[in-house]
Order: sequence, then structure tokens, then C-alpha cells
Amino acid sequence: MVDKHTVLELKGITKRFSDFVANESINFQLEKGEIHALLGENGAGKSTMMNIVFGLYQPDEGEIYINNDRVTIDNPNVAIEHGIGMVHQHFKLVEPFTVTENIILGMEPKKGMSINYKQASKDIKALSDRYGLDIDPYAKVADISVGMQQRVEIVKTLYRGADILIFDEPTAVLTPQEIDELLNIMKKLVAECKSIILITHKLKEIMKIADRCTIIRRGKVIDTVKISETNTQELAEKMVGEAVSFKTEKTPSQPKDILLSVKNLVVKDANNKNMVDDISFSVRSGEVVGVAGVDGNGQSELIEAITGMRPKESGEILLKDQHIESLDTRSIYNAGISHIPGDRHKHGLVLDFSVKENMILHNYYKDEIVKNGFINEETVEKISLRLIEQYDIRTPGPQALVRSMSGGNQQKVIIAREIDMNPRVLIASQPTRGLDVGAVEFVHKEIIHQRDQGMGILLVSFELDEILNLSDRIIVLFDGQIIGETTPDKTSDRELGLMMAGNYIRGESSENQKNIPI
Amino acid sequence: MKIRKIFQYDSLLVPIIAIALGLIIGALFMLLGGYNPTVAYVSMIEKVIGSSYDVGELLRTIAPLILSGLAVAIAFKVGLFNIGVDGQIIMGSLGALIVGTQLSLPSIIHGIVAVLFGALLGGLWGAIAGYLKGSKGINEVITTIMLNYIALYSSHMMIRAFMPQEGTQRSELIKESASIKINFLSDMMGGARIHWGFLIVILVLVFYHYYLNKTKWGYEIRVTGLNIQATKYAGINSSKIMVRTMFISGLFGGLIGTFNVLGVFNYMAISASTSGIGFDGIAVALLGGNTAIGILLAGILFGILTYGAQGMSFGAGVPNEIGDVVISAIIFFVSAPGIIKHLLYRFRNKQKRTENTDETTKSKKGA
Amino acid sequence: MRKLMKLVVPMVLIVSLLLAGCSNDSNTNTNEESNADGNNDLKFGMVTDLGSVNDKSFNQSAWEGLQQLQEDKGYEVRYLEPKSDGEVVPNLLEFVNAGYDLTWGTAATLQDAITEIASSHLDTKLGIVDAVVDMPNVASVTFKEEEGSFLVGVIAGLTTESNKVGFVGGMEIPVIKRFESGFKAGVEAVNPDAEIIINYTGDFSRVDMGKSAASTIYDAGADIIFHASGLTGNGIFNEAQERFESGDRVWVIGVDMDQSLTFGDDVTLTSMIKKVDEAVYQVSEQLEQGEFPGGEETSLGLKEDGVDIAPTSDKNVSPEVLDVVEEYRQKIIDGEIEVPTN
Repeated sequence: MVDKHTVLELKGITKRFSDFVANESINFQLEKGEIHALLGENGAGKSTMMNIVFGLYQPDEGEIYINNDRVTIDNPNVAIEHGIGMVHQHFKLVEPFTVTENIILGMEPKKGMSINYKQASKDIKALSDRYGLDIDPYAKVADISVGMQQRVEIVKTLYRGADILIFDEPTAVLTPQEIDELLNIMKKLVAECKSIILITHKLKEIMKIADRCTIIRRGKVIDTVKISETNTQELAEKMVGEAVSFKTEKTPSQPKDILLSVKNLVVKDANNKNMVDDISFSVRSGEVVGVAGVDGNGQSELIEAITGMRPKESGEILLKDQHIESLDTRSIYNAGISHIPGDRHKHGLVLDFSVKENMILHNYYKDEIVKNGFINEETVEKISLRLIEQYDIRTPGPQALVRSMSGGNQQKVIIAREIDMNPRVLIASQPTRGLDVGAVEFVHKEIIHQRDQGMGILLVSFELDEILNLSDRIIVLFDGQIIGETTPDKTSDRELGLMMAGNYIRGESSENQKNIPI
Repeated sequence: MKIRKIFQYDSLLVPIIAIALGLIIGALFMLLGGYNPTVAYVSMIEKVIGSSYDVGELLRTIAPLILSGLAVAIAFKVGLFNIGVDGQIIMGSLGALIVGTQLSLPSIIHGIVAVLFGALLGGLWGAIAGYLKGSKGINEVITTIMLNYIALYSSHMMIRAFMPQEGTQRSELIKESASIKINFLSDMMGGARIHWGFLIVILVLVFYHYYLNKTKWGYEIRVTGLNIQATKYAGINSSKIMVRTMFISGLFGGLIGTFNVLGVFNYMAISASTSGIGFDGIAVALLGGNTAIGILLAGILFGILTYGAQGMSFGAGVPNEIGDVVISAIIFFVSAPGIIKHLLYRFRNKQKRTENTDETTKSKKGA
Repeated sequence: MRKLMKLVVPMVLIVSLLLAGCSNDSNTNTNEESNADGNNDLKFGMVTDLGSVNDKSFNQSAWEGLQQLQEDKGYEVRYLEPKSDGEVVPNLLEFVNAGYDLTWGTAATLQDAITEIASSHLDTKLGIVDAVVDMPNVASVTFKEEEGSFLVGVIAGLTTESNKVGFVGGMEIPVIKRFESGFKAGVEAVNPDAEIIINYTGDFSRVDMGKSAASTIYDAGADIIFHASGLTGNGIFNEAQERFESGDRVWVIGVDMDQSLTFGDDVTLTSMIKKVDEAVYQVSEQLEQGEFPGGEETSLGLKEDGVDIAPTSDKNVSPEVLDVVEEYRQKIIDGEIEVPTN
């Protein structure tokens, strides 16, 4: 076992932004060779804290100690000098460069006037082998998988001599198999005397790998617990501050008529590649159909085709008996399809609009709120107040800018707007992306509630738990095709993960798979 | 402490500080050049309020600046950078000139028809760029610049071919009936060129405010400008909106041209280059934060600086360029608000440390 | 707020101290000190066209005339540069209202403004260069550009080796037409076989167009270009200089002022100079003597010393050619040759 001593200590760290206290008297200790999870909801202050450790922010009060020496970290270079490395959630890699070029960027080993790539590649290979990272120093970053890119980021910090590694939501972009591999890598790293801070809100992973967990809520440390002495329920309650339930309560679905049917749909991208390749499925009233798959296998193209945002090559889409494949987006909405988009900042909201302006994105032109071209502010205000109340949107008021609100409340604005259109079919793409536990629970309950009211719901998510938790039926997309169809009670995340990676499993648990050669 | 609240709004504070810094920098330049800034600024103020003639001429200077600012601003609101106001002004002038010289109509009607036709021509000219951007994705900066040249040279051709004044570099005069001058006011103000266009400018300002903020069309413009992806998601036809908005922008620009021809000069000159009012409009819109009231104030300020510059020149011997330095410095500080915001931020932070009771509006960097 | 004031107040104080401490009243465009004897209570103003008083052309020339006047007689002289068409009238009025004895508009583009003010201010005296305003209180000064152009035409006709010469005009307007026709007549008088290539760029301020026009004409075989195109001409000199440096013997004939002073002697054969300074000086002097030529057109040709070839012409023009020029000069002065104006 490694010698236990404190490698990083924060004492009484306070950071304010104007009158907002992001971190308040934070005390935190990281021991050598441990994986210390940092758990908290979005906006709880995790990122501020780590940005202080990494030298991006200066604390207003408090002290930082590294190996018991007091240090001042006023920029990331100082942090790196002290052996702190950060693996960011969004990779900071130059895509056309090779792995080696990316890793040595900014600290290139010189041989005379030129860069010694050979030596660098050798060093990188050695590091990779030592920790079982299995990266190819000569590959171009653009050509390697997301999981591999993340490992390049890890090597980048190791190459810079990091002993303390901060992982910021590292599993958000990975498939279940890749997550397992990452967790193994992290174990190897601590076995080699590195220390890891893991920022996450996924309780399962914390339980699986962390030694200790510090929970932060509203800028304050709530508790630091040993994982061996706790459970997910306790962690979640500490994080949210109240009791939470993980499993969304739901009764078995009672599907009725077919509401949405997609037949032989083909969608091409600009390069004439079939992004959606001859897909057929249907959604009934009162059921949730989950679409599982790794990002980029045709999910967004499928949704955009159904909602009219993207031209279709061929195929039919019917809402009840009405053909909607040739309608424009607005007519499709009016026909009864609502859409919670996958990227709420890009599509779903106008961030610099107020809540009430966002509420009327689909009906700003309709007679109910427009007279002689003028939008009736009172009506809009009334609608907004009603929705704010109904969906418990935490905002100073209808005139508050959406940009200033938390992700969960932003998402509630979209959900309120979409459901209030009273659609027959709701298409929800990653409806809980980036939301904290409380908000996730709200969204899930709302989806099930609408299902029970007879809505048909098409749910696209990259989170297997969400798919398994909410869906009544699951279809798995791979490379633009439906590679399998199953139900949650007949499958496992293990099996779904294999299907998402393109592995076809014959017969075992799912009967409705199409026979697609891989 | 209401004033304090107001001052904490960056949108107001930044331009005010920018103006102050601009004036200070102008003063420094004057000192470097050996001029007396106090005398210069006093001369400037005397110039703009010195006589009723000067007040009238100041208004004449301000009117196009406001319209140009609005033309740039409404395009900006839909997410387009309209560098083509100059070309739209020319098309407006040309339209007014054609009606003013070629048609014979009763007096008031003649003026109205000429203004409408000129504005329409300017609007269509703007709509071309809007169409090319909205439907074909061609960068509006390039198309509007090119349209400026096309407008300039085709106006030369049209004037020479159909409406020349022999022996000069300008068109023939418009008919008396097409004039939109307000003669009695003009006489009262020592011959300053006062025209009905001033009234139109006020109407356009009001229109701009309500159209943009209160109507469904304005809503569409703002969605398109703030998040064009959202228009795709919500099924809003953004290309149609771009064409419409650029038409309105061009309409504003065209109005400037009609006022010049019908209210100020009575002819159109064959000038070697465009007027540059369009570029001033960019500055006005920028300083005015694309709001009606802001553009009104910015237009007045730039009008004072521009018209007052000749007072500085005459009264204190300060070259016109100093006036330009002041304007440029203001634009610089407004368009690089980071500089001022940074100063403010540091200033406020310091304030915060000494006075913890302070209230501040918002945190830009949430955790 | 108090804090803000703490920031602002010192700033204001510092600036005002600076203002009080270091300012002096010297002005560049008003030289009020009288440095010559005589009647120094007359005031002369001038308003340029949209160019600048440092345009190395007629605006500058006119201002030099007034400065000379000030130096000789101690009069107060001052100029304003309008930045847009709309400012022309207010600028002129600035002088008129300040009681200036004579206000010049130094370009034809000011014609309408001068006419307007002359009719509404009958008691004020105005002058205009390059255009005619038929008002009793306006002195109009024009130049017989065709006569000077004739002389440089003679030089071009006798100097060309390729027997091709070119002319580049700014805009096709009467005054520029006079340059063209005088030049053509001059070339034809001494070299009837020479070919003359004419090009109008349509713009007085497009250096790039001047360069491409020159390139076209030189490529067509011409070795001398006479230009009357304002700033556009800079491009012609530029093109000529490049060709000269690569061993091509080409020439440019400058306009308005002695352009060899700006562009050097490598390619400047000569210049057709318009003595705007001389004209402004003379008319202003007439005012002093109570002989203001109001309502008259003072047309200055070779005889009146209003136009000429540049005094530095002997650098690149052979003495024999200059002798021929003198012959023609005399003939024009004597009225033996009538130079066409279009």
C-alpha cells in the first residue's frame, strides 16, 4: 500500500463573484494514492473549486497547500509546475495534429533547432504502456475514438509530470465499455502513486471506484465520507439536501393506437452518406420508445427528419393517418408533434430572451396572442406565469433572461413550452443532459406523467440508465440502422452497450432484432 | 441611490465613459498639436447652439445619422452587418431624383411620391443583399460593399443619360413641386435647410422601437439575430425574415437619400465616392446599443461632434481631424467594451473589498 | 457613486490642469501676426472642396496664394474643409457671417453653394475657381487649361519615340475636356502622325484605376501619358515608375502643380501647371485696390500667366523642344493659334 499523506489541501477557501458566493470556507484534503470524488449538483461550486486549484481563479480567502507547503497558484502554469493536471470535460485537442504533437504542444523537446518527435513519441509510448493506456503516438487525433482522445488528454497531463489528476465529468461522453476501461485506468494510476480528484454527479461510478467522496452543496462542503461506509441513497440525499428517489415510479404502459409511424426513412448528409438508413418504427399512444445508441449514429438526423428540420431522401412519416414527411417544421408542430431538442442552448432557447419570450417561440404569431401584428404582452405574461407555476420554474419572473438561469430551469422552460402545446407525440432528445439529480427526477416524472395521459413519447438518450428507466420499448441505433429492439425487462446495460457498439447478439434476450451483418 | 443603480448598468455606463475618454483623448491630441482644448470645446458648443441657423443645420446633420444608425441597427438585430447603407442612400437619392425631375405632380403629392419611390428603391437595394444572404448564404458584408459600387456608378450613368445639368458634375434640379423643404421654418432659421424629413425621422424612431419589440415581425427578427439555429428548430423562415429586414434597413437608408435630394440639395451630385454616412451609421448604432433611444442620443452626439468640428476649426483653429479623433476614440472604446468593463470590474472589485455591503447586479462568471 | 466620483474628479482635475498649463493659442491655419507693412484689416477665407488643403493640387495651391497674400500684406487668412456635401454651405456662411471681406470656393463643385449664398447675401463678396457664377458679388476665375495642355502636347508630340501618346482624364466633364482637346491639338500641331489614346477613369480619387489605365495605355505602345485626373494620377506615376525601373523608357506629364516635386524626375517629363495661387492672389489684391471683379469671369491663359509648363521642365525636355514650345507659346499669346476647348 502506498504511503498515505496529504498531497493537496484547501483551507477555508472562499470565492465570490460580486454578491454570489461560489465557494464558502471550503476545506478539502486529497491523500496520496486515493481517488477522491467531488460530488455536487450543477452550480454547487465544484468547477469553481477546481478552477481555483488549477490557477484559473484566485480565491478571495483561504490557503492552498501542496505536500504541506503553502502555495499561491495564480495561473495554470504554476499548477502544472506543482504537478497538478486537469482532464477537461471538453477535450482541448487539435484535431489535425497527431497524438504526439498534441501531447507535446507548448513544451516541445528540442533537438538543436527542431523538435525531437522521435524522442517524444518514445516517451509517450512508454507512459502509455506503463499505465495501460494503449495509445498510438502517431495517430491523428481526428481519426481516433472519443475514449482514446480522453486517454490522450490523460497522457498529456502525465507527460507534464502531473501527480494530482483532476477529472472533470470524464464519463459523460463515453460508452459503458469505455467507462469500464477508464475506471480501470484510474485504478492503475492510483496504484502508481498518482492521486485523483473525480468530479462527477454519477453516483454509480463513485461507489464503484472512489475511496472517499466530498459532497458540495451551494458552495459549501456538506460532508466528506468514506465510500466503504456509505451508499448511493445517502450520497444523493446529501447532494440534493432532501430525499430523492432514483427509480422513476411508473406503472406498466398501456399502449393504444399508433400515433407516429416512420416507414423506410432514409436521410443523407451533405456527403451523400446515409445517416439514417432505411429505418422503420412506430410510437403508440401511452408508451415511451427509447432510442439507445452512441452519439453520431443517426439519432439527431432521425429527429431532425421527423420534425422537418432536415430534408428526407425517402420514406414516409405518419402522424396518426396524416402524412407529414413533406410538411415544414411549423406545420409539423401544429399537426401535434412537440420536440425537446438535444442541445437546448443551440436550438431550444434564445438565451438572451426572457422566459416569457421563450415561452412563445412556437405561437408568437398565432391569433391567441397577436392582434394587428402586436404581441399582447399581458396574455404572454399570463401564460408564462401559469407555466412557471405549473412546472416550478425557479426564476425571478417572466422577464428574467434565460441565460441567467440554471440548466435545470432552462430545461423546464422548454418542457413547459413543449408540453403546453398539448402534442400527440413528444420527441425528447437527451432531456436531462447536464441536469442535476433533482431536475432529472422532475423531467422523468413529467415524461411518465405525459405518457400516462396518452401522449406518445420518443426518447433519445445517450444515458443507458435513463433509457432503461423510462422506456417501455427500446430500439438501438447503430450506423443509421436499427440494430436491435428490446424491452427494459429483457435486457441489461451490458447487452445494450454491446449493441450500441455494433455487436449483434443473436436471440438471447431480444426477439425483434433485424438480422444485420456487421 | 437611484443614480447609483443606473450607473451600474454597463450598457449605460460604458458609452458614457467612452464618450468622456474620447473627449479627453481629443483634448490630449489638441494639446500635442498646440491647440487650446477648452477654447476648442467651447467653440464647438457655441457653434452648434450659436444661432438658429446653426441649430437648423445641426438638425440637418443629425437626421441622416439617426436614420443610418437605425438602418444598421435593424440589420444587426437580424444578425446581418449592413455595410451597404451608403449604396441604399444613393438608390434613395436616385429614386427621389427621378420622380422629382421627370414627373409633374401637384406640389405636396409630388414630394410624397418622390420620398416613397426613393425609399422603395433603397429598400429593394437592401433586400438584394438580404436575399443573397438568406437564400444563398452569400456573406452580406461582401455583397453590400459591392452593391455600394454598383449603386454609385449606375447613379452616375443614370444622371448623365437622363438628368444631366450641362457643364456641371451634377444632375438638373428637381422641380419646385417636389421639394420637401419647410420654407417658413427655413426662413425663420436663417436659411438653414429644414425639411419634412425631420418629422419622418421621429416617426421612424418610434416605428423602429415598436416594430422590433412589440410585434410578431420584430420577434422574428430578434430570434433570427440572437439564435438562428432556434429559427430552424421552431420552423421560422429565417431567409424570408432576412430579406424583409434588409428591405426595411434599405428603406431607412433610402429615406436619407430622398431627404438629401428633396430637402437639402435639390440635385444629386456625380460624386467620386459614396457619402460615408453609412459608416457613420455603424458607429451610431454601436454607440446607441441598437436601441431607438440610444441611436437618437448617439446621432445627436455625433451630429454635434461633426457639425461642431467646423466650429472648433474656425474658432480655435483645430483641424477637422481632431473631431474625427474624438469620434474614433469614442467608437474605439465602445466597440472594445472589454477595456472599459475590465476597468469597471477592477474598480468594483476594489470597492467590494473595502465595502462589503455593496450591492452589485450580476455575476458574470457563475460557478 | 462616491467611489465613482473619486475616480472621475481627479481625472477631470488633471485634464483641466493640463489644459490650463500647457495650452497656447498658436493656430496653424490662422496666422494672425502681421509680418508686413500695410493695410492688415482685410480678412480672406476659403472653403475647399471635399479634398484637403494639403491635396498637392488646386486646394493647396489656392491656400498658398492666400498665405502669400498674408505674408506680403499681413491680412488675416483662414480656411475650412467641409467633410461632406452638406457642410459646404454652412462653412461658407461661417466666413460670410464673420464678416470676411472675400470668401473663396476653390473648386467647381462649390458652384451651387456659392450661387446660393451670393443671392441671399448680396452685400458679401465671394470668389470661385474653375467655374462661373453670374452674380455681381462673385468673382469667377477660370483657366484656359487648353492652352497649357497645348504646350505639353507639343512636348509630348516631339518627345515620343513610339509615336503614341496617351491621355487619362478623371471624369468626362467640360473642364477635363479642355485638357484633352488642348493636348490633342498640341500633339497634332507638331506630330500629325502620332496616335493619341484617350481614357477616362470616371474618378478623381482611385489610384488603382489610374494604375490600370496607365498599364493599358503603355501596353498599347504609348510612351508618354498626360493626366488630368487628380489623385487617380498617382497610380499613373506609380505604374510609370515601375516600368522605368524595369528598363522601360516611359513618361508621365503631371497636372495642376509641378508634380516632379512629388514624384521625382525619373518619369515626370513635365507638368501642366494651373496657377491657382496666382489667380487667388491677384483677385484678392484687386479687392484691396477697390477693383473687385464682381460678376466678371477672369479667364487666365498663357497670356495672363495663369497656366504654364512646370519651371523644372528643362530637366527632362530637350532644349530644342523647349524652343519649339516657346514659339507656340508666343503664337497662342499673339492669338495666331486658337486652341480648341472641346
